[in-house]
Amino acid sequence: MAVTTSSPPGRLNGFLYRPEVRQAIYQVLLLAAAAYVAYWVVNNVADNLRRQNVASGFDFLGRTAGFDVSQSLIAYSNASTYGRAFWVGLLNTLLVAALGIVAATVLGFIVGIARLSSNWLVARLATAYVEIVRNLPLLLQLFFWYFAVLKNLPAPRQSHVLPGGAFLNVRGLYLPAPVPQPGFAAVAIAVGLSLLLMAGLWAWSWRRQHLTGQRFPVLGPALLILVALPLAVFFAAGSPLSLSYPELRGFNFQGGIAVQPELMALLLGLSIYTASFIAEIVRAGILGVPKGQTEAAQALGLSNAQTLRLVVIPQALRIIIPPLTSQYLNLTKNSSLAVAIGYPDFVSVFTGTVLNQTGQAVEVILMTMGVFLALSLATSVFMNWFNRRMALVER
Amino acid sequence: MAGSAITPARPPGAPGGPIAWLRANLFSSWSNALLTLLALWLIYQAVTAAVGWAFLHATWEGPDGDACTREGAGACWPFVADWFGQFMYGRYPEAQRGRVNLVYVLALAGLLPLMIPQVPGKLWSSIYLIAVFPVLATILLSGGVLGLEHVPTDFWGGLLVTLVISSSGIAAAFPLGILLALGRRSRMPIVRWLSVGFIEFVRGVPLITVLFMASVMLPLFIPERWSIDKLLRALIMVALFSAAYLAEVIRGGLQAIPRGQFEAADALGLTYAQKMGLIILPQALKLVIPGIVNSFISLFKDTSLVLIIGIFDLLGMVQSGLSAPKWLSPATPMTGYVFAGLVFWIFCFGISRYSHFLERRLAAGGQRTVAKADEH
Repeated sequence: MAVTTSSPPGRLNGFLYRPEVRQAIYQVLLLAAAAYVAYWVVNNVADNLRRQNVASGFDFLGRTAGFDVSQSLIAYSNASTYGRAFWVGLLNTLLVAALGIVAATVLGFIVGIARLSSNWLVARLATAYVEIVRNLPLLLQLFFWYFAVLKNLPAPRQSHVLPGGAFLNVRGLYLPAPVPQPGFAAVAIAVGLSLLLMAGLWAWSWRRQHLTGQRFPVLGPALLILVALPLAVFFAAGSPLSLSYPELRGFNFQGGIAVQPELMALLLGLSIYTASFIAEIVRAGILGVPKGQTEAAQALGLSNAQTLRLVVIPQALRIIIPPLTSQYLNLTKNSSLAVAIGYPDFVSVFTGTVLNQTGQAVEVILMTMGVFLALSLATSVFMNWFNRRMALVER
Repeated sequence: MAGSAITPARPPGAPGGPIAWLRANLFSSWSNALLTLLALWLIYQAVTAAVGWAFLHATWEGPDGDACTREGAGACWPFVADWFGQFMYGRYPEAQRGRVNLVYVLALAGLLPLMIPQVPGKLWSSIYLIAVFPVLATILLSGGVLGLEHVPTDFWGGLLVTLVISSSGIAAAFPLGILLALGRRSRMPIVRWLSVGFIEFVRGVPLITVLFMASVMLPLFIPERWSIDKLLRALIMVALFSAAYLAEVIRGGLQAIPRGQFEAADALGLTYAQKMGLIILPQALKLVIPGIVNSFISLFKDTSLVLIIGIFDLLGMVQSGLSAPKWLSPATPMTGYVFAGLVFWIFCFGISRYSHFLERRLAAGGQRTVAKADEH
């Protein structure tokens, strides 16, 4: 049998054809290219900065900012430092993210469940909501709420009067503010105590079920403790909480809590937009629980509510939570669009105003990205922890 | 004990007709009936409000914003008519707008044969779209050669810019996304680290900060004598941004390909490029079509963010139309946003419907071959 073989490769050729060698060569080349680009960029930045006479370093954080911010959760004036402005912006972003996440979750779960409703009309309505909202750019929705809706509201003198002593006008939403009176501390302690009691009850009933198999209806007594105890203390202490109502004085409202239209527009836009994505996640999560699970639960004699609470929802949550957290992260990142409607969020205050005033583009952008990277890193750490905890233990 | 056989009862007739449908789907229980009424009320409110605003109380003619300023005025349509040219083309010279339309026709000439399954010549359409069309489009839009008047990108705007950024963004992001996805799954640690670093970095920050970077930091990165066009800078950043997202989508597809496919390709003695290009990627990409389309829709919507760095896309053009004093009226902003929203929505919804169609078609194709294989 004649077998033709190609001549054995030369020594050098053979060496070069070994996969490890080739991989090493590729990687060295890539690393060299990356290092060169990095060197080139750093060099150019240094060159350009020297030519433009821009200071470098993070000293600017200690200098006086000299600009005002329309909303601040911590004490801030134009005599504060740039470093203070950084925190003001960051807290405003976190505020809008927290409120938006709550609103988007509630709305998203309602719409997602409505999409699966056996009621044809309700399901269609929810589908229409999802298809309309998620196919429109978020920025357009923010502009819509801000310029077309909230900026078209009447002047303070012609405010819409809302139930409960709230007012809505072009300057924003004015809500009654709760003002704690002396003796309120007792109520706060009562709330804390009732939470502790509830946790104790929960632990006890859990242990009892594990030992005896008997369930104890936790929900009723727990709610009773949570509501009755603080209420009793509240009235015993002589209702130590008063409401400060907003009042029209001159051209504007005084007192109460004032919510800027920028914050309202941002909240409306972010939560309505994100809710359309959350609705799809919820729907997929519920559909992702096999029908057999429901049937098995019913065969075991569980009631409808028990089936939902003990079988379907825990399994659906396992599917829902990872994409849900990434939507939360998206909402937080999208809150940076505040810069377009003038809400003083982190990007608008820091990456906008501070950058313009100091001209230190490199430092400011690096800090901005650092903040967002830290947020997303924290989210992914949580997600990994959650996935590990929730992973199916299979045989 | 029964003494005689009981004749089995006839099965109940399947309920049919509209009444039965209503009972089953809308009024199956009291709570359901209540929900139905609530939904009907909501729909009634929304439809009357929308019709009243868009038609009954709308302004159809007028020279400026005063015509739309009155109590309870609906849409201000003459504003849209007046600005329509700018919404579509930006400040592109009116005499030259035929060139833009020609580019649209040329794009459709390549896209339609690709998108409609029955039309042959997919390969030639792809080659045309990848190699010929971009050159033609650049020459036509930018001009300056072949006797065409040069139109700087500062004059481009409106829907034209939206389409330019999104289409070239996806065209550049797609190959880059594939490379990054392959890099992330590479066995070479340095390649993997660089890919992971890039992907996670970009996905961790909002697009706005990336665009800010394009407008204030990128000029610092390059020697002073170079200057990159503002539109091109935004384009590069948008492409890099969506490449990171696409890479994650494609990685999902790669992970879903069974190991055996890789091993079979290796056993056949295929090189890495052949293995990926002929065996793995065609299967992986087909699996993640919905994800790719979703990324494209996000990219299309995200192009509106470029207005923050001073590029006038469709939304940016609407914004500048609204801030011009001529059409100032309480009804104008809503009109402008509804118009822009309608355009964006038609594109996004159209793309997502097409991807559904494609998915079903590809799934059906898979089932047919399976059925045939079973017959043998």
